[in-house]
Amino acid sequence: MTAAEDDASPDPQAPALEVADLRFDYPDGTTALHGIDLRVAAGERVALVGPNGAGKTTLALHTNGLLRAASGTIRVAGVTLADATLREIRDRVGFVFQDAEDQLFLSTVRDDVAFGPANHGLRGTELDARVDAALAALEVTHLADRAPHHLSGGEQRRVAIATVLAMRPDLLVLDEPTAGLDPASRRELMTTLAGLDVAQLIVTHDLPMVLELCPRTVLVDGGRVVADGPSDLLLRDADLLTAHRLELPYGLAPR
Amino acid sequence: MGAGHTHPLYVHEHSPVHHLPAHVKLVATFTFTVVVATAPREHVVTFVVAALTLLAAIRVARVRLRFLLPRLAVVTPFLIGALLLPFVASGPRVDVLGIPLAEEGLWGGFGIAVRAVLGATASLLLVATTEVPDLLRGLERLRAPRLLTQIAAFMVRYLEVIVGEVSRQRRAMTARGYDPRWLWQLRPLTAGLGVLFVRSYERGERVHAAMRARGFDGTMPVLTEERPAGVRAWRLALVLPALAGLGRIAGLLVHG
Repeated sequence: MTAAEDDASPDPQAPALEVADLRFDYPDGTTALHGIDLRVAAGERVALVGPNGAGKTTLALHTNGLLRAASGTIRVAGVTLADATLREIRDRVGFVFQDAEDQLFLSTVRDDVAFGPANHGLRGTELDARVDAALAALEVTHLADRAPHHLSGGEQRRVAIATVLAMRPDLLVLDEPTAGLDPASRRELMTTLAGLDVAQLIVTHDLPMVLELCPRTVLVDGGRVVADGPSDLLLRDADLLTAHRLELPYGLAPR
Repeated sequence: MGAGHTHPLYVHEHSPVHHLPAHVKLVATFTFTVVVATAPREHVVTFVVAALTLLAAIRVARVRLRFLLPRLAVVTPFLIGALLLPFVASGPRVDVLGIPLAEEGLWGGFGIAVRAVLGATASLLLVATTEVPDLLRGLERLRAPRLLTQIAAFMVRYLEVIVGEVSRQRRAMTARGYDPRWLWQLRPLTAGLGVLFVRSYERGERVHAAMRARGFDGTMPVLTEERPAGVRAWRLALVLPALAGLGRIAGLLVHG
């Protein structure tokens, strides 16, 4: 269990994420989410797939309050998202952005990884220990004193994950973690994700990764949950995939 | 600090000067500059001692003069002004190579030139031996407003990203046959600058979102514990302004 141990978690058995009837309209009036229901159990790894513009990232941004819904509720590890709990929710949800260039903004990797826990109030040796553990978990200890913007894409992605893992989240939300990585970096990242003991919601178009990593897939299209079930079943339903502009790569699709 | 985040004025070396804490070097450079700037221009002894001390410091820092001299070009405007003074100043004249020059102007020009060159060289030595993050941290330790040092840090961090965007944009334009030769062909370039501004602004919003996602509430947390600089570091760094100060005293004695 990687739940925060320093402040009393209300309920360690609670699902990592519970989204109920979530609705969201963009400022221009278009509705992006039409009542989403989603539940991620503690420690579960779930893929969130769907075509471009389906509302995947919009939904993901709601999980730590970066977007606020018009109606509906979000609960993270039993804590309901509200103005008063915003800070706690952000400590519990680790959000890994698609563009690491946005996530890594300090001048050394170490400082960037320390940023989150330091905002949480950690100082000194306690902070150092937290940072070292996160760096080790992502196998980027040797990059600690480097400048984040001079790293390769794969290294940046790992460091970005380390920056949120250092906050000991209950839920890791990753936006397209394998996009733009070479096959070896993608493989390394997948191995790392598989080894992390924390609930994960992975927004992605990388369906082979989903088959390998995520027992469960949630398919979103047009701001609605279209399908939710075992990845093996869902992703081998060629008609379902085609209807929602998805497909498995050649060779993986059932004939 | 590891490799990777060097700036063009930085000289990668492992000299005693490089290893001094940044805030110590900042204090030394600042004090040195004040000593030089407050010396009356007639006190030539002061300037000679200060120059020799600075040269010694450059030697210790293993920075080559050949590296520093071209970068001294920043003081050229001051030097031009200093060169003009003897011709335009009024007062008694002295003949130099048959040209009548104003005595007051000669001294004035000398004063400007020597202070500008010594001050600029000291600053160049500072940045040649200190990396930007250390410099900013040093300023913070000297109680510089954190808002300013943070703005500077973000500027340094994202300058490269923006320069990269500019060059990608230029390449995309060139790839489609854009080759501006005349002023009226610059329109696409200025439109590109507008796009660049919007993109940078949007990136700013995304970075801010990423910061908020990690609990940022407006104040930067303390990331690295400050270790007080040792007495040895202070003693070594302050040799520079101390010797200049001795030169200042010598100047007072010699020139009265």
